[in-house]
Amino acid sequence: MQTNDHILQAIRIEKTFPGTKALDKVDFHLRRGEVHALLGENGAGKSTLIKCLTGAYRRDGGAILLNDAEVDPRDTFEAQTLGIGTVYQEVNLLANLTVAENLFLGRQPRRFGMVDVSTMNRRAQELLADYELDIDVTRDLASYSVAIQQVVAIARAVDLSGKVLILDEPTASLDAHEVAMLFRIVRRLKARGLGIIFVTHFLEQVYEISDRITVLRNGQLVGTRETADLDRRELIAMMIGRELAAEIHAPRAETPDGPLRYRFRNYGRKGRVRPFDLEVRAGEVVGMAGLLGSGRTETAELLFGAHRADSGEAEIDGRVVDLSSPRAAIRHRFGFCPEDRKTSGIIGDLSVRENIVLALQARRGWTRPIARAEQNRLADHYIRALDIRTADREKPIKLLSGGNQQKAILARWLATEPEFLILDEPTRGIDVGAHAEIVKLIEALREKGLSLIVVSSEIEELVAYSTRIIVLRDRAHVAELDGNRITAHQIVEAIAATNERRTS
Amino acid sequence: MTSFLRLYFNRLLPQLIALGIIIVAVSLVFPGFLNLQIQNGRLYGSLIDILNRGAPVVLLAIGMTVVIATKGIDLSVGAVMAICGATAAACITSGHSVAATLLITLAVGILCGLWNGVLVAVLDIQPIIATLVLMVAGRGIAQLITEGAILTFNDPGLAFIGSGSFAGLPMPVVIWLVFGVLIAMLVRRTALGMLIEAIGVNRQASTLSGVLTPVLLIAAYVLSGLCAAIAGIIAAADIRGADANNAGLWLELDAILAVVVGGTSLLGGRFSIAASVLGAIIIQAINTGILLSGFPPEFNLIIKAAIIVFILVLQSPRFRTAFSFLVPARGASKASERAAK
Repeated sequence: MQTNDHILQAIRIEKTFPGTKALDKVDFHLRRGEVHALLGENGAGKSTLIKCLTGAYRRDGGAILLNDAEVDPRDTFEAQTLGIGTVYQEVNLLANLTVAENLFLGRQPRRFGMVDVSTMNRRAQELLADYELDIDVTRDLASYSVAIQQVVAIARAVDLSGKVLILDEPTASLDAHEVAMLFRIVRRLKARGLGIIFVTHFLEQVYEISDRITVLRNGQLVGTRETADLDRRELIAMMIGRELAAEIHAPRAETPDGPLRYRFRNYGRKGRVRPFDLEVRAGEVVGMAGLLGSGRTETAELLFGAHRADSGEAEIDGRVVDLSSPRAAIRHRFGFCPEDRKTSGIIGDLSVRENIVLALQARRGWTRPIARAEQNRLADHYIRALDIRTADREKPIKLLSGGNQQKAILARWLATEPEFLILDEPTRGIDVGAHAEIVKLIEALREKGLSLIVVSSEIEELVAYSTRIIVLRDRAHVAELDGNRITAHQIVEAIAATNERRTS
Repeated sequence: MTSFLRLYFNRLLPQLIALGIIIVAVSLVFPGFLNLQIQNGRLYGSLIDILNRGAPVVLLAIGMTVVIATKGIDLSVGAVMAICGATAAACITSGHSVAATLLITLAVGILCGLWNGVLVAVLDIQPIIATLVLMVAGRGIAQLITEGAILTFNDPGLAFIGSGSFAGLPMPVVIWLVFGVLIAMLVRRTALGMLIEAIGVNRQASTLSGVLTPVLLIAAYVLSGLCAAIAGIIAAADIRGADANNAGLWLELDAILAVVVGGTSLLGGRFSIAASVLGAIIIQAINTGILLSGFPPEFNLIIKAAIIVFILVLQSPRFRTAFSFLVPARGASKASERAAK
């Protein structure tokens, strides 16, 4: 295989959204006749990269080369005519039109100015024959299964574009048999010399079909590797992060000896996370590690009462307590920074000041307003203490960058003087500087004697501040690491071991 | 404090300008428009008439503002007016005292609000659908109460609410002034205002921050029901009768319009009760103005629509940035804020 036989090259692609850097100078090279898997956790930048390639987003920087010629698709239609076709997880075709109409929509064969239906149907039949599909093309698309619709979408995309095919989670709703059919088609297209980009969460499918793998994390390129040379363990490490330096982790000088304060016994909720036991001391940071969908976030939400536990009980200082709602948890001095800052963290239109005092005000009740002077004092205090970069405290929080929004949410909880703080992905999608400050803050809070639960996809980060690590898999707590065993290596082992068991 | 007043003034400026233009325009066409006289210790004149006629929409707009601030909407207020008017008429004609009649009627309004609030906050039904139920069913309920007829009454006590006067002002004006100030104080002197805005902007984030979301949502709809009840009493007292078919008809739309003209976004969040009250007065001034100016009545709705489009354009962010030099600069208010410190 010639190494520079690239059909599509993306060079130093940049894309910034208000508050986050979605793509930071990402390179991506696709060869002719290869299946190239694009992997990464949620928010890594996979779909942003795809959308920049297909013109759905305008990139802020970088170049796209198709067959060594620079292209600049302004919308998905232009990308299609250039040769880049995309098939999404949810089929983006018209279910109420016939299969043939879907295949030739916008380019129906014409005769005397009218759509030539018989020619169209004949050609549709021929087109699908290439895909081992012998179906009645005059029936509505909706009358066929998702897998068939998927193939129709691929047929249309390939027929339209014919150079690059992007498959964005095409197998998410297919069964094993259908996946096999899809992969047969993908292999045939590959043999025809198409470059195929395959986005998925299923690692076993990656190993089955792909030739090379590119991993993104936090909007940055982690690396591109030959699938054959990359074992599963290493791949997971690439996806969730493990810098070489972190591998030699110095054992924590002080093991927490604070009093045991929080005890959750057989705590769980059906369909979200299996019952678990958890004990947390004062001055302890418990890290939650696991892949996407392993039950990390579900555990955090359960502890805070965002979802009610349906089994087990919670104790604080030996007394059984009710944590069935956020309000109940807040009464016991709990705080919670949710994973999705935008939908469940910030109150976008309100000012930084109002966002900071909100939880404290909610706990005091509406009849006891915090005086404006006191609000100003609190806001100014935390803006200074956490170095929140804002023009003034009355600026709407939605105008701040992601890292500063996150600090303001942290300030909201610190203002309530919490004793048990749950942070779900506190450093996701924020810039490096703010990242380091939040890590430092977690350390400082632990030293002050708070108990913290931190969920993170960043392994080396968890290693840096956790005094204990819980590893989750399939919505259950499966391993606990403490003391010397807190290393990136051990964590990856624990996640990968269970992952291998699942796929074998 | 001066800076606070200044910010407040800035917020209300577009509404005040719009109202000023309308008043000037009408007084040019109809010279007697600005005249005020005192007869029998009560003010008379077109301006007073606007404040008086506008009372129901002003009251509805107060409740609607709070509901809209929570990112909701209450389509049922017109129907609740009819229910409450019918209730008041039925109570007074069946021999209840004025006080009992008022209490029962207000309770019915609160009950209607409670129904809406529970549908929205507890059953999580979209506000527009949840309140549509009562909007449609409400007139039926009102007709059941009046048994299909227009229930008339002659009780002077109840009629006083519609046509009496206090301190020189018509009773409806006194009622909405006092009620408006009370609600504005309740909302702004406590933390209610901020919590309601937080819910309107991001309900999920508010709940996770410990805001008692369902209770506040229900309270917003209850307030709206209460406002509709007072408006219903005034409307019934004014004509000394309850007309289940026409009382409050389409007023929910006027109330929503008043809130929008007042500059509160239908997407929820920041709200101003004073601005909504001004919005309602603007709408009434347009109605009265067109009537007085002697245009053929068939033009009324079109002229009204044109004026409202004009006001909305005036408020639109694009227009504001394009003509920002006309509005007092932000720097000026900041400077005075600093000076006030």
